[in-house]
Amino acid sequence: MICHDIVIIGGGPAGLAAAAAARKNGMEDILILERDRVLGGILNQCIHNGFGLHTFKEELTGPEYASRYIRLVKELGISCRTGSMVLSISRDKEVTVVSREKGLQVIRAKALILAMGCRERPRGALNIPGCRPAGIYTAGTAQRLMNIEGYRVGKEAVILGSGDIGLIMARRMVLEGAKVKAVAELMPYSGGLKRNIVQCLDDYGIPLKLGYTVVDIEGQDRVEGVTLAAVGPDRKPIAGTEEHYRCDTLLLSCGLIPENELSKGMGLPMNPVTSGPMVNDRLETGAAGVFACGNVLHVHDLVDYVSEEAALAGEHAARYVRNGGAESETSGHLPVILRAENGVRYTVPQSLDPGAMAEKVTVRFRVSDVYKGRSVCVYLDKTCISRQKRRVMTPGEMEQVTLTRERLLQAPGLKEITIRTEVEE
Amino acid sequence: MNYDVAVIGGGVIGCVVARELSRYCCRTVLLEKEEDVCSGTSKANSAIVHAGYDAETGSKKAAFNVKGNAMMEPLSRELDFAFRRTGSMVLCFSEAEMPALHALYERGRANGVPGLKLLSGEEARGLEPNLSDEVKETLYAPTGGIVCPFGMTIALAENACENGVEFALETKVEHIERAGDGYVLATNRGLYRAAYVVNAAGVYADVFHNMVSERRLHITPRRGEYCLFDKEAGGHIGMTVFQLPGAYGKGVLVTPTVHGNLLAGPTAADQENRDETATTAAGLNEVCQKAARSVKHLPFGQIITSFAGLRAHEERGDFILGEAEDAPGFFDAAGIESPGLSCAPAIGSYLAELVADRGNFKKKQDFKARRTGIVHAAALPVEERRALIARRPEYGAIVCRCEEVSEGEILDAIKRPLGARSLDGIKRRVRQGMGRCQGGFCTPGVMEILARETGIPMEELCKNRSGSRMIVS
Repeated sequence: MICHDIVIIGGGPAGLAAAAAARKNGMEDILILERDRVLGGILNQCIHNGFGLHTFKEELTGPEYASRYIRLVKELGISCRTGSMVLSISRDKEVTVVSREKGLQVIRAKALILAMGCRERPRGALNIPGCRPAGIYTAGTAQRLMNIEGYRVGKEAVILGSGDIGLIMARRMVLEGAKVKAVAELMPYSGGLKRNIVQCLDDYGIPLKLGYTVVDIEGQDRVEGVTLAAVGPDRKPIAGTEEHYRCDTLLLSCGLIPENELSKGMGLPMNPVTSGPMVNDRLETGAAGVFACGNVLHVHDLVDYVSEEAALAGEHAARYVRNGGAESETSGHLPVILRAENGVRYTVPQSLDPGAMAEKVTVRFRVSDVYKGRSVCVYLDKTCISRQKRRVMTPGEMEQVTLTRERLLQAPGLKEITIRTEVEE
Repeated sequence: MNYDVAVIGGGVIGCVVARELSRYCCRTVLLEKEEDVCSGTSKANSAIVHAGYDAETGSKKAAFNVKGNAMMEPLSRELDFAFRRTGSMVLCFSEAEMPALHALYERGRANGVPGLKLLSGEEARGLEPNLSDEVKETLYAPTGGIVCPFGMTIALAENACENGVEFALETKVEHIERAGDGYVLATNRGLYRAAYVVNAAGVYADVFHNMVSERRLHITPRRGEYCLFDKEAGGHIGMTVFQLPGAYGKGVLVTPTVHGNLLAGPTAADQENRDETATTAAGLNEVCQKAARSVKHLPFGQIITSFAGLRAHEERGDFILGEAEDAPGFFDAAGIESPGLSCAPAIGSYLAELVADRGNFKKKQDFKARRTGIVHAAALPVEERRALIARRPEYGAIVCRCEEVSEGEILDAIKRPLGARSLDGIKRRVRQGMGRCQGGFCTPGVMEILARETGIPMEELCKNRSGSRMIVS
């Protein structure tokens, strides 16, 4: 059987950064498996700028950002196989992969890094009623057709959902000469970054209709129009608020779902809020030596944070292999559970080991609603150890707090860390 | 263009009649208005092979159902399409409903349905643990089954094609007139003359019938909406569960599909329009509510798509099969609503024999009864799959990740007899885009392959019929 020290599933930003970090931590024998024909993942179709401000301190396009990591991985001599689709992974880290060139193979890994990314929620999952003509695309599919294949999908569009890809595509359609009549968002706030609303909608005079959804799609062959309606606090359409828009295209940007079919197939414990695997402070999943990072773990807002998180997964995977793949390192401490509460939707990681953890651990999370002037509070069991006031927090932007080992070790018998928002007096 | 037989409609009935006619020495053409077969009622239904207890004893529906059910398994092997005998249950939720359930049991026995059994709620939940706790008694039919309606219709069409039936696609019959000993069918692609006509036009069958007969038919399109669940939910139940039938049909059922998904529906709403298949918020909501009455813990968060189809309901309530009384040589297969799919094999033989008798057609010596379907590489045993990819590397290139469909299979879908010319045509042949991402990732790649293999420019590729362009430039 073919064996490698570390096998990385996915050659997008997460997989590439994990590979580079594992190599820098002494791993020689690394293999990246990528299902697409090229490395770089979805970044390849994100030809707009805004990537890399944190990582490279400059503003890059998606392909530029990807190419830096691709070059790095090549320079480090890391093996990559593209056009290689992983079909299943067993609990003992045997990866079944299929490709045109090598057929069906089983590859054994000492450590595995899951970096499969995410997919878009399709129309069916949104249960939008109406006709089923051509011209209904997820924003990402339309983006691929436009930016990679070179075809503008339509002339007049309505966009449902204000996720970042939807916002970016609104501008992209306009730049290619199409008319974008409206962006409708079910929630009373956008799911995207503030800067994208300003730069992609406001600057082009595209109306953002918060608290609206699509209640009907018309057209037997191609989309001919859609009907929007305002929704009430229960998110159900309010009769009498319908507005009709003529258009030939409906783009959907209504959420991303981590692609965890392989993780579920392995029986990894999953977090129902993130739809990603549960991980500890080493980004190690419920299976020893199996790590996860990037959008397969939880959907990120910026690729820079993906790279940072993935590097950590790569480093810990390397350490796991160096330690002979023995039982996961523990300090004898019972794992401490991280709890998300009162406006904090989830945390990544979901547990940590204060004895064995790094000096500092970054805990990432998202909030459930738009909060102004609230504080992010960290409790060690019942004791509040930190309270940071944030001017505004929105569900579209990831938040983070840093925990230090030093502080955690000062709490004897620590069982639970709670991250919550609190209204300031 | 002169033919012995013209079949109107490329749904399951038109295709099965064409296939059965292809056993005989006769020149047959099948006229279909869409770009592919299986584009109307046959593509959007419950995909159920009924046991045969529903229809009134003595009706055509009852007789053909029991017969068609028994024919389905050998036919699925002969033509290589997916069919599974899962069994089915009709649920009863109260003492008050029990007489109706018992009447159904008696009717089933009178109709000749084998193996029927009445089970208590506990016995039923022993077989189906997710059955609602409210279920008091059920009628269990071991012969109930599930089938792939696309797979079946396309298999019949391909086999008919291989045995010499001509398929005229995108050919819409506009007018029919009796002329001499036969009929002239005026279409958007010119005149077709045929000695005999088989009218299998689904919700349009009354329109064509009434062009040649004074004995009027009246078909009402009855819309049914459905929700399809992710394969993760596919094991939620193991067999089809029905509620007691009402005035508008068999009610909302919940069933596994042959491909491992879970399906719930249909609603029933009569309408005038013969093409309107939009879903509605109210309809989808009704499906979910009624399905939840039969089966507990249904994971509604795992719905991956919803759709609607039309049943061709004829006002007399039974199938209309055979030669029209006042139109010699014009054979109807009209009013084929549920259990039409289950009856199809029996209807096909019946009508083909009638037509062959009238035309005095001889049986062919070289009829090829067997057809091999498109290989689904992912379903092969490991060693066979390895060998296939070694021989044909394109079966190792996965295009549709959710359904694990390779480029090899997509090429097959395009290159076979009656190959796909549209994205939906590919989807119905090899399931590309039918999975949980609903084509989000693979659509651009499949468009590229379809354009490359057919020479149709990207800008002209269609989702289904012409006009449904993927790109509007």
